[in-house]
Amino acid sequence: MTNHAQPLQETHWAFQPKAIAVAGSILGLVAFWSALPPFTVRSPLVPVLIGVLAIAAGLWAVTRGTRRLGWGAIASGVIGLGLGLLATRSSSGNLHVVFAADLVAQVFVFATPLTFGALGGMVSERSGVVNVGLEGMMLMGAFWGVYGADKGGTWVVGILAALAGGGLFALLHAYWSIHLRANQIVSGMAINFLALGVTGYFFEQLYGNQNIPSGVSTVPNVAIPGIDHMAYLGPAIGDLNLLIWVGVAFVPLSYFILFKTPIGLRVRACGEHPRAADTVGINVYAVRYAAVVVSGMLAALGGAFLSIGFGGGSFTENMTEGRGFIALAAMIFGNWRPFGAWGAALLFGFSTALAYRLPVYSSSAATLFQVLPYVLTLIAVAGVIGRSVPPAADGQPYVKQ
Amino acid sequence: MSEQATPSANVPPEQEPSTDFVVRLGVAQRAGGLVVPVLTAVLAFLAGGIVVAATGHNPLTAYRGIWDGAGFNWIFHIPWNTNTVNLDAFNLSQTLLTTTTLILVGLAVAFPFRCGLFNIGGQGQYLVGLIVANWVGVSFASWPTLPHVLLGIGAAAFAGAAWAGIAGFLKATTGAHEVISTIMLNWIAIWGGQYLFGQGGPLQNTYNTAAPESGTVVQSAHIPVFWGNPVLQGLDYGIFVAIAALVVFWLILNRTTLGYEVRAVGFNPEAAAYGGINVRRKYIQAMAISGAFAGLAGALDMLGYLFQFGVLDVQASQIGFLGIAVALLGRNTAVGTGIAAFLFGGLLYGTTRGLNPSVFDPSLAGNLTSMIQGLIVLFVGADVFVLYIWNSRRKLRPRRRAEAAAA
Repeated sequence: MTNHAQPLQETHWAFQPKAIAVAGSILGLVAFWSALPPFTVRSPLVPVLIGVLAIAAGLWAVTRGTRRLGWGAIASGVIGLGLGLLATRSSSGNLHVVFAADLVAQVFVFATPLTFGALGGMVSERSGVVNVGLEGMMLMGAFWGVYGADKGGTWVVGILAALAGGGLFALLHAYWSIHLRANQIVSGMAINFLALGVTGYFFEQLYGNQNIPSGVSTVPNVAIPGIDHMAYLGPAIGDLNLLIWVGVAFVPLSYFILFKTPIGLRVRACGEHPRAADTVGINVYAVRYAAVVVSGMLAALGGAFLSIGFGGGSFTENMTEGRGFIALAAMIFGNWRPFGAWGAALLFGFSTALAYRLPVYSSSAATLFQVLPYVLTLIAVAGVIGRSVPPAADGQPYVKQ
Repeated sequence: MSEQATPSANVPPEQEPSTDFVVRLGVAQRAGGLVVPVLTAVLAFLAGGIVVAATGHNPLTAYRGIWDGAGFNWIFHIPWNTNTVNLDAFNLSQTLLTTTTLILVGLAVAFPFRCGLFNIGGQGQYLVGLIVANWVGVSFASWPTLPHVLLGIGAAAFAGAAWAGIAGFLKATTGAHEVISTIMLNWIAIWGGQYLFGQGGPLQNTYNTAAPESGTVVQSAHIPVFWGNPVLQGLDYGIFVAIAALVVFWLILNRTTLGYEVRAVGFNPEAAAYGGINVRRKYIQAMAISGAFAGLAGALDMLGYLFQFGVLDVQASQIGFLGIAVALLGRNTAVGTGIAAFLFGGLLYGTTRGLNPSVFDPSLAGNLTSMIQGLIVLFVGADVFVLYIWNSRRKLRPRRRAEAAAA
């Protein structure tokens, strides 16, 4: 910035390439949204105009060096323009079925287990322990959560049981990967198989061929007074499950803890350079143990949401059905950062929610839509658009000298 | 185990004991030989038995039921009655049918492991092979059996190789971790399969469009059965393909330049690169060969006894993941993988359809298999731990002797 060609006066923040690129990305979404309820613009001109504007903003930012955000804006503009055009051609009746206000609520429902799982995975991997056992820890949370709520009589006991179940398997993973220095991926996969067997076995043993009895205490919904009866916001966010809001709250909370407090600094130091952390007196083993156990508990909360949150007090064998792996994908797609992981979880939740509604148009296309999270993550790890980079010491056992 | 006998330039036997963990682990593994896998399996079955006992069942009856269900007691009934009307013989033929698949999905994990890659994508590669084999088996109805079967098997192996090759290619060109990319490819294959076989999908059957299922493989693409009744799912010639694959695996690894280079990369990629080996190309080749094994497994299943696959089957299928446990228990060697596949084949069949429901509830036993699978992977992952238990037994012995002498 010592270049003399630079103007002496700082440009206003709103005109800096970064802000323009972000505005472009939002414009791309607006281009699509304009053709959807409640606006439902029928003229193709509107989404095209807004989309072109978004692409222009992206190009402007790219030429001024803001590559990653700029390309994001261009992609958003192109996708918004295309989808907006498609939407103006679709019958507005179908559009009202697919893009009803409760789509927002459904996105949150699908995104919440992913949010918990992705935040959990992030905590563990930030401390340097790879956690591919998220799926298993989530499944433990789902089963022991509903068992606790059934036997304990209240969902609070259920949540505690879920935390204990997920935490216990996380402790196993921690002991294996920190103390025994086993291959962390092998250990994580073992956790997945073991959780599948343990939850299935105890489900059969404790409930036999019957299902979980109905009327199990479940985590309540939160009706926000004032909003719950409003026209569009009411069905969208007026009456969501408590765990959804907890998940949303954990995002800024984990950002604050990881990036703004000494505890977070220690966790990240153990994940980036454990030897250096050890040299300045941080107990690497203790930090990693704590991080992995917290990770398992977060994943278990995501599982509990499936069984006693949105699930209404039910359980089926292999209930998580790979959500732990999508959570892992969301964490990677979000570049091991809380807001990134949350954004990815929302995006993946959105694609799942859409997949459940798209059969109005075509059922086979709806199935294909479920692939989107995995393809996006594959592109992200390959580094085509902004490479995802894990913490430097992720997956490496630490040997104290 | 014969792999260890071949000259390995990487770790000379007279090497000084190093404090480096990887080297220590390598030496310990080689020293452990047969002990660690056997002890691992015993420990896993013991822990599973404890769970069974703790929940109020008799573990001995349960394991006896699984043993019978797998058809293993057939071996002790001399003279051997090979007629599959005999339940034991039928169970054994079914166990061998499962073993066929497990050998190949096990090799699909074992081969890249020798190259330092962890292939979690066996399930996806298996499904891709299965889908392609189904497509070939449903089409080309006018072909005679031999070329039709060979085309199905070849196309499936090629498709599996290409699918796994994506992960190898990404690893080689961009450094994307193969564990992440193979997990993603698994789920793309699982949802892709549901799309292809599902309502309105391109590979859905044409005679019952209400059912989300694939078409049925025509008679000419069925692999002939040599043991048992073809109508009642007899044992087909596919098992010889799997055994041949074991031999091919051993030959590639130990008798070819490619195998030498793959193992060199597995021991130390930097040293291998320094020695003039193209490490990136080895990554792609190792993944492609692995995918070919898994794709072959899918083809043998589809053309051997499945003939048809539905959306629900795609969701429920788990057998590719078992390859991880098979390969790890078999220590990523040809002989070990074969034995481990037979063990898991018996366990898998003996806890599900083979199990007599009055002896032990199959819905419990099926989950017991997952548990044992998890425990085996867990214990293999920490064979330092298993060796520790083994060594503490040795430490105990002189003490006991000393006590006896003192008394």
